[in-house]
Amino acid sequence: MIEIEDIVKSYNGTTVVDHISLTIPPRTMSVIVGTSGSGKTTLMRMINRLVEPTAGTIRIDGEDIRDVPAHELRRRIGYAIQGHGLFPHWTVAQNIATVPKLLGWEKSKIEARVDELLGLFQLDPAQFRNRMPHELSGGQQQRIGVARALAAGPNILLMDEPFGALDPLIRAKAQEDLLAIQRKLGTTIVLVTHDMEEAIHLGDRIAVMDKGKLLQYAEPAEIIVNPATPFVADLIGTSDRPFRLLSLTRVGDHVETGTATGSPIAADASLRDAYSDLLWSGRTAAPVTRDGQAIGIITLAACARMAARPQ
Amino acid sequence: MSLAASADIEKKPWHRLDKLGVLVAIIGLAGLALPFALFRANRIVPGEGIGIVGSLDDGWSILLIAAIGAALATALVRFRPIVKLAAGFLALAVLAFAIGAAASHLTPADNNYARVAPGAGFWLLLLAFSLMVTDALTRLRLRPVWRVALLAIVLGAIGLILWSGLWSNLSLLKEYASRAPAFWQEARTHLVLAFGSVTIATLAGIPLGILCYRVKPLRAAVLNTLNIVQTIPSIALFGLLIAPLAWVAANIPGASNIGISGIGIAPALIALFAYSLLPIVSNTVVGLLGVNGQVVDAARGMGMTDRQRLLNIELPLALPVILTGIRIVLVQNIGLATIAALIGGGGFGVFVFQGIGQTAMDLVLLGAVPTVGLAFAAAVILDAIVEQISIKGRGA
Repeated sequence: MIEIEDIVKSYNGTTVVDHISLTIPPRTMSVIVGTSGSGKTTLMRMINRLVEPTAGTIRIDGEDIRDVPAHELRRRIGYAIQGHGLFPHWTVAQNIATVPKLLGWEKSKIEARVDELLGLFQLDPAQFRNRMPHELSGGQQQRIGVARALAAGPNILLMDEPFGALDPLIRAKAQEDLLAIQRKLGTTIVLVTHDMEEAIHLGDRIAVMDKGKLLQYAEPAEIIVNPATPFVADLIGTSDRPFRLLSLTRVGDHVETGTATGSPIAADASLRDAYSDLLWSGRTAAPVTRDGQAIGIITLAACARMAARPQ
Repeated sequence: MSLAASADIEKKPWHRLDKLGVLVAIIGLAGLALPFALFRANRIVPGEGIGIVGSLDDGWSILLIAAIGAALATALVRFRPIVKLAAGFLALAVLAFAIGAAASHLTPADNNYARVAPGAGFWLLLLAFSLMVTDALTRLRLRPVWRVALLAIVLGAIGLILWSGLWSNLSLLKEYASRAPAFWQEARTHLVLAFGSVTIATLAGIPLGILCYRVKPLRAAVLNTLNIVQTIPSIALFGLLIAPLAWVAANIPGASNIGISGIGIAPALIALFAYSLLPIVSNTVVGLLGVNGQVVDAARGMGMTDRQRLLNIELPLALPVILTGIRIVLVQNIGLATIAALIGGGGFGVFVFQGIGQTAMDLVLLGAVPTVGLAFAAAVILDAIVEQISIKGRGA
């Protein structure tokens, strides 16, 4: 658990982060959203003391972070940034081994961990271990960046616009991978982005910031339905609201009995994808499959019902 | 080659001319026209120029002219770089052989006073073919290791020629023969001056550069001060150091025992050191500032201490730029060290200044040629090291 209490950061009289308090529950993904200059990155960087607060307290699992030397604190917290920041003169394996090596792990343990992480990110260890960063594609570099951040098995992972430099296709894949890894490892993730779509897709909770202030900190559905200020509503985009709401729900939760024709929709697809598919194919219902087994149908009416503002 | 391209070349024959080759040919033709060798009755009287025909037996001279003509023709046409390289090196070898043969041919038997030196024609031909070779090397884009290997081969060949005695009738080597012990003594001094000053400057300059990088207010002050030092004319700096060092030697106990005095090697080393600092310090600062900000941020975020970050990330990534600074300084100091002779510091400059004093150009060359060769070799080797390191850390 990360408890941020009345935190302030100012540079030469300009307040960048203005009295923010929020609690990030363990094993969840919290996304901080805001425009550039909103103070979102500064807020995140105070958690691992890359920025020292002007006032206020941050506690991790009840312990004040000022009680630990900064470099030791940082070795316990994973850190991944936009454009990955891989060390260009080190191999993939050396990059991933950075924090374990700083912690003084044994060589054999480090090697095993490197291979395990490469496997976790679907990169063949034998093939990638000894490559240099410049020999990798953008998507691969990004995965190595996250693997490096997770190398020492931290409870907390901080990510600053981790997908900012990726093209849309690879970006979607990287987001799915991150969700899967978060579910598997149970890491508490704090992710900074300027993209509300990404925030809604990834976040268990979303913190919206503007001009150093925290405008709203809530679950995605709450933010879409009840934006706290006009600025939050603008970030979501009024015409996109129903679709954003649909994107939060899985098809599997709204299956009805019956039969339908045409290509099936997977149970773990979002209602938004199902709705789009139904509209495009001109059907009022489509069969739903889970692991190849037909489990019922999803109807256009069910999608429309879910897209409406909850009463 | 596509049909269209070959047709184009057939239409415009001058397209097949190598532009640099034209320059090589012009210099080469001028070289053929000017005297190949210079004959003097003794080492200080003005010489008498002798063309290729007079310098060698008739048969050999015709062969030499033909060989040079063929090499110049090769330079003119757009052959592949490897062909030009081979032709250039072959021409240089022929020249090296011919000038030795000319010296033997022109020196009268049992005459120890007569001197035969390479003439203006020889030097121009040397320039022309060196140009041809360097151009071919640039186009070949040889890997660093191969460039160093090639340098070793060339130096080995020169060593072999010297050892064989082919050139021993040349005036330059006659000057050497009468001064061999002094030559090697001054060579040692020259190396100590050049490499010693660069070593000290590196040991002092890199930490100073790191300090300037870390402490921003210090940066401008230090770099500006070093900039001013750099603008002091070298002879003036050597002179300016005489008084304070003489005072130190006279007034501080033990100073003169470790070799400090107003003239000699101490002020020379200090002056060369002062000239070396700016390039090394500024390249260290520029190299460190040039390290990608995201990489530095990641290193901090991973939990590296300042020291770990500096040693593992920042310095290795800045190394190519820092080494470039050291290369500049080393080549500069190998040249500058000749002036040390003016204040009794020794080095190859001793022969240069003696030669000027005696109007004996061969003696000047005895100091100048090894200096140029040393600087050239240092440049090639350090360039290769810088490139090799940059290849390894590419993508920074």
